[in-house]
Amino acid sequence: MSAAEMPMLEADGEAGADPAPPLRPRTARSGALLLQPRLAGPMPWVIAILIALVLVAAAGGLALRNLTNASRSDLAAAVSVQVIEPDAELRSMRADQVAAILADAPLVRSVRVVPEAELAALLDPWLGAGATSEDVPIPALIDVELIRRASAGEIAAIEAAVAEAGLADGALRIDAQSEWLRPVHDALSALQYLALALIALVALATMAAVWLAARNAFTTHRETVEIVHLLGGTDRQITAIFTRAVLREAVLGAVLGASLGAGAVWLLGLQFAGLGSGFVAGGGLAATDWLVLAAVPLAGALLALLTARITIALALKAML
Amino acid sequence: MSERAEEIVTFDNVGLRYGTEPEVLSNISFTLYPGSFYFLTGASGAGKTSLLKLLYLAQRPSRGGIRMLGQDLITMPREKLPELRRQLGVVFQNFRLVPHLSAFDNVALPLRLSGANEARVMKAVSDMLDWVGLSHRAHAIPATMSGGEQQRVAIARAVIARPRMLIADEPTGNVDPEMALKLLRLFEALNHRVGTTVVVATHDVHLLKKVPDSLIMRLHKGQLSDPTGALRYPPRPSAPRAMSSPGASEGEP
Repeated sequence: MSAAEMPMLEADGEAGADPAPPLRPRTARSGALLLQPRLAGPMPWVIAILIALVLVAAAGGLALRNLTNASRSDLAAAVSVQVIEPDAELRSMRADQVAAILADAPLVRSVRVVPEAELAALLDPWLGAGATSEDVPIPALIDVELIRRASAGEIAAIEAAVAEAGLADGALRIDAQSEWLRPVHDALSALQYLALALIALVALATMAAVWLAARNAFTTHRETVEIVHLLGGTDRQITAIFTRAVLREAVLGAVLGASLGAGAVWLLGLQFAGLGSGFVAGGGLAATDWLVLAAVPLAGALLALLTARITIALALKAML
Repeated sequence: MSERAEEIVTFDNVGLRYGTEPEVLSNISFTLYPGSFYFLTGASGAGKTSLLKLLYLAQRPSRGGIRMLGQDLITMPREKLPELRRQLGVVFQNFRLVPHLSAFDNVALPLRLSGANEARVMKAVSDMLDWVGLSHRAHAIPATMSGGEQQRVAIARAVIARPRMLIADEPTGNVDPEMALKLLRLFEALNHRVGTTVVVATHDVHLLKKVPDSLIMRLHKGQLSDPTGALRYPPRPSAPRAMSSPGASEGEP
């Protein structure tokens, strides 16, 4: 039976004279017709701020990792030798002798006796300008570059070679340079863990914010959801409608957050580059690091989507 | 065909309680047959809406068994319910139209939920709005429509997908007697011409006489009375089948 065969009801008087407009659906997509839920208004901004924070934390963590790695690789294969002798002439002679022995030692790539003027310049801030080894005994310093990172045993072997030549009578000190910076490296590692913890916390905050917003949206549209349910709508159809709304707001937030975060990272990069420190120079971001950072807004949007999906699915499960 | 397959709904000793409250429905047993017209009557608080909620699958019973369209609702997984709901049409007491959708989109909702293509939706909804006399209000949203118009949209939405059972909760509650009669004629037309089983809950006893072939289910304090035995479950061999059931074959119990 067609609907036309069914009895016609008279239209209400007040509207009966109106000509019938052409019947057009508002959109061909049924989902868009069911509900158009919007999350709480500030949701894109919340997501944007959280993603910007993650970006800055991630960029900081990556920069610290690069800095630590660069520093470690620079220092790992280097040894410093101090020749401690109050007599400047004797000290210089001994330094040359030690350098000659070290140059022939296994693992050694190059040896350089640091000129006294260079040492004086290094010590200027502490001893004052113009201080010389005659005023204060300053050890002679020999920089030794190794083929590879030396073990403690190998360092001891180098020390023994110098001692055999009768040049290590308590006035010689050999240090692996990496040992000097161990506390700094430990601190940098701690900062990296801190950045990771911050990222995890912000991810949790993002999930919590999306969870709250999705629940609010669900509560606001609960009546419509119930109607759709009772008319035969499936959980999948209803979830899809909400997740579409979440995706729209999450993508907007992610784009905003990525812009804010990238801007902050760029500015920080400029600030650190301006320091002109050789140590900080190793903390630049590589191309792969930028790829990781580019994945942050994407991951944030996906996290928001997943959280919303689970939230709505759980809320629907509570309904018959 | 077995008798069970022919039954639209069977309630077997059903009880319903909300939380720890006393039962609002107790020991409800009846059978509804295809193509029949039923009135569900009773005073306010008798349990009509609770019984309808069980019928349109908004609620599961606290005890007892319900079979609908050949399926056991008690053991049916939740995921299967939408498929069954699509075979029902419901006119809610307060219409429950989606407020942000136009009359057209509200009526189109069941078809779109079942995945109908837009061409079919356009044709069917246009015909349906024409049928209920609301073509000129197709783009109106519920807030701008009168009570009678909203009611007709709700009815059009309930019948657009040609349900096997139409459930209407006080459908004439908000309209004048003339409109109430028109709505009743509309349900009758659906019942007679399409063979849809109709269940109308009403407290208006005058309506009952308007559909002569109808069967009456009376609820009193959560208990169902069935003086004629027409609704009895399990049915007696001699019990009359639904009086207006065009789908029932003669000689069957």
